Amino acid sequence: MPAKASRDSVRGLVDSLLEGDKRSAGKLISLIEDDEPEAVEAVTRIFPHTGRAHVVGLTGPPGVGKSSLINRLVRAFRSRGKTVGVVAVDPTSPYTGGAVLGDRIRMADTGADPGVFIRSMATRGHAGGLALATFDAVRVLDAMGSDLVFVETVGAGQSEVEIASRAHTTVVVEMPLTGDVVQTMKAGILEIGDVYVVNKVDLGNEDVLVANLKFQLETRDGWTPPIIRTAALEGRGIDDLAAAIEKHASYLDQSGGRRKREVARARLEILENVQRLLVRRVSEGSRSGRAFDKLAEDVAARRLDPHAAARKLLGSGPTTAR
Amino acid sequence: MLIAKPGLDGHDRGAKVVARALRDAGMEVIYTGLRQTPEDIVEAAIQEDVDAIGLSSLSGAHMTLFPEVVRLLKKRRSGDIVVVAGGIIPEEDVPKLKRAGIKAVFGPGTPLSVIVSFFEKAGKGA
Repeated sequence: MPAKASRDSVRGLVDSLLEGDKRSAGKLISLIEDDEPEAVEAVTRIFPHTGRAHVVGLTGPPGVGKSSLINRLVRAFRSRGKTVGVVAVDPTSPYTGGAVLGDRIRMADTGADPGVFIRSMATRGHAGGLALATFDAVRVLDAMGSDLVFVETVGAGQSEVEIASRAHTTVVVEMPLTGDVVQTMKAGILEIGDVYVVNKVDLGNEDVLVANLKFQLETRDGWTPPIIRTAALEGRGIDDLAAAIEKHASYLDQSGGRRKREVARARLEILENVQRLLVRRVSEGSRSGRAFDKLAEDVAARRLDPHAAARKLLGSGPTTAR
Repeated sequence: MLIAKPGLDGHDRGAKVVARALRDAGMEVIYTGLRQTPEDIVEAAIQEDVDAIGLSSLSGAHMTLFPEVVRLLKKRRSGDIVVVAGGIIPEEDVPKLKRAGIKAVFGPGTPLSVIVSFFEKAGKGA
């Protein structure tokens, strides 16, 4: 892939991206995802052109219907004249590093629509339900001119809550018959929704889940998360869901919540990058590489504990133990 | 890698087996599902920025659909994406497909290891 990417200059790719060229969007996302040397320049050039798209995250257990819902939502927003991007994350095998990315199957309807761009992404070992490059990919689609970008997390269990700190609107998808009221009382994924969806209502028994969700939802900063009933495959409830997303978007604009979320996300991203740069400097630099090897030996031989070794490696950095 | 099934037949066992084998070899495989048009497949390949596309067909429509995928890729300035084929393809069609730009044809009985190593090379830009 490096050979392929270097044929087009980053500047050229970004220029055509801004004109809406999908091939450039695809290539730029790969550059960033593969952490090529050009990735930094790419993000720097793209960033000034971002901030227009409304980012909607969908999360929930595997098989609950996230891809099918996104497929329907894409069509709903397309018919309202919006352009739409999708970044769909699926897990990487911890054993081989390979992945089968299958979210696109459910989105086949929207296939060649010029106003839609769908990118699949493997987690590549990143925990939290997203891939490291997910939100840089969102920026590429934002800069390309997408009005909305949907992010589908990997099938999430109870603690994959990263999406909430990054999306403008987080949609948590559940389905009937998946547990009693105690499941919905647990901390984690069922706290993070701005909108809740009970999908597959065609299975019946959804009233119990809706009641259980209602029991634990609370109003925060003047927003009470709505609970929307849908049957994605039949297209039921999709307009209600699209309306709820729009309502939350305008709530964010009116309440100043959008700005607050952007700042919180910026903090998170700065820290993440600091972390990444530090790790790289410490573990890859040839001089600190040897120091690192030496410290590892020391820790293994019980001459030093890992906390002290880390502080020593960072040298001038903060030395307060946590 | 993109594994796709153009055309109308519903036999995707082979495509799934290949997708799984590529996954186990450490590759990221996008599977697009059944009944895709050449346009859908090319659009997906561009958005996903894949190195190679594996097309599977058991319906006999390969002589129409496979070259069309290659033609559309070239039209979209993406002729560098390698296209290979599998499925039920008569021996006499193989040279014609190759002339149309299909890089390899893997008929029934091809060992998975042969297919995997072909895709591995394609991924390295060989």
